[in-house]
Amino acid sequence: MHEVALMTEAVRLAVEAARAAGAQRVTALRLRVGALSGAAPEAMEFAWDVVRRGTLLADARLEIERVPAVGWCPSCRVEFDTTGCWSECPRCQEPAGELRRGRELEIASMELE
Amino acid sequence: MCKECGCESGAGGAVAGVGEPRHPHGADPAHPPGPRQRADRADATLATLELNRPLLEKNDRLAERNRGFFKAKKLLVLNLVSAPGSGKTALIRETALRLRGRLRVGVIVGDLATDNDAARLRTAEIPVVQVTTGTVCHLDAEMVAQAASQLNLDALDVLFIENVGNLVCPADFDLGEDLRVVLLATPEGEDKPLKYPPLFHSAHVVLVTKSDLAAAVEFDRGQALANLKRISHHAEIFELSARTGDGMAAWLTFLEQARARS
Ligand SMILES: Nc1nc2c(ncn2[C@@H]2O[C@H](COP(=O)(O)OP(=O)(O)OP(=O)(O)O)[C@@H](O)[C@H]2O)c(=O)[nH]1
Ligand SMILES: [Mg+2]
Ligand SMILES: [Zn+2]
Repeated sequence: MHEVALMTEAVRLAVEAARAAGAQRVTALRLRVGALSGAAPEAMEFAWDVVRRGTLLADARLEIERVPAVGWCPSCRVEFDTTGCWSECPRCQEPAGELRRGRELEIASMELE
Repeated sequence: MCKECGCESGAGGAVAGVGEPRHPHGADPAHPPGPRQRADRADATLATLELNRPLLEKNDRLAERNRGFFKAKKLLVLNLVSAPGSGKTALIRETALRLRGRLRVGVIVGDLATDNDAARLRTAEIPVVQVTTGTVCHLDAEMVAQAASQLNLDALDVLFIENVGNLVCPADFDLGEDLRVVLLATPEGEDKPLKYPPLFHSAHVVLVTKSDLAAAVEFDRGQALANLKRISHHAEIFELSARTGDGMAAWLTFLEQARARS
């Protein structure tokens, strides 16, 4: 994944939303990043220092909420922690039918001033 | 309008229309409320703005680009998804051979490793590009765009994309196809649709494959169709065997009609 492009897009969206809300500046940006989203939070933090320069987010703090991957077994009707698409239900050993969480890659919220 | 999911397509369980993008059933990304004033702060100008907005719907954007590109080429594009070994490659091979002289078929085939599937198709003189995904358990729109550029699309009418054998992750990745085709082989049992509802729900077409084995594996056809009607309620259903050719005629006619509309 291209974290610089991702973070550039995040800043662009945040500036747009901050302007629309009539804010002077953004003091915090919160992202939600799933374990299976393909984006690495460390690389996003690294890119963040560069992409926010000279924008409404220049002094903002970045908070990344990491979302663990959770599978779902329709037979047992249970959710369980997983590390990938191939994981099995811990009860019945059937492969997970669905990924409930873990693909998130989104702006959760931001603090405006 | 479908009452189960609220989507626009699927009146009467038929295919909604070739070229129509697959309807997303994800969370609603577009609900930006205004800034919420924080009562606990003396500074009244400070506010939290909830956005809950996807950062980069990169795959969806690329998929739309693929779709536009394929449409301009008047290609009918099908994304074949199933569990490993349900008969995707065998079906594509049989379909391409039987359509010879009627429609020109090309294939993009994804696998974690090896190009055995591509080799099987190549021996039948079917144009094919193999995508080896390594650790990635599905194809995405970018891989498809890349692979498509290696095919002479102007010399094709139908493009089959054989996805990696997996019933979970491919559900989330639009490739820019016209139709998503999900295969259910009779030996897999009739309750597969209940175990993988998101993928079966997203199907435009369901193929019940290996019908020649149905009796041997005591496949409960009635139950299977009932399950499919419940989960894959937008899908057109065909029962066929690539081995014996049973049921292939209706599938081929369907493809010809779908291609005429694309
Ligand atoms: N009896 C019978 N066997 C079939 C039929 N279609 C495929 N097979 C067999 O099922 C096995 C798997 O078929 P493939 O076409 O390789 O299945 P696939 O879905 O492409 O497999 P992957 O690419 O590994 O996910 C092979 O041994 C085929 O010969 C069929 O209609 N009847
Ligand atoms: Mg195959
Ligand atoms: Zn289970």
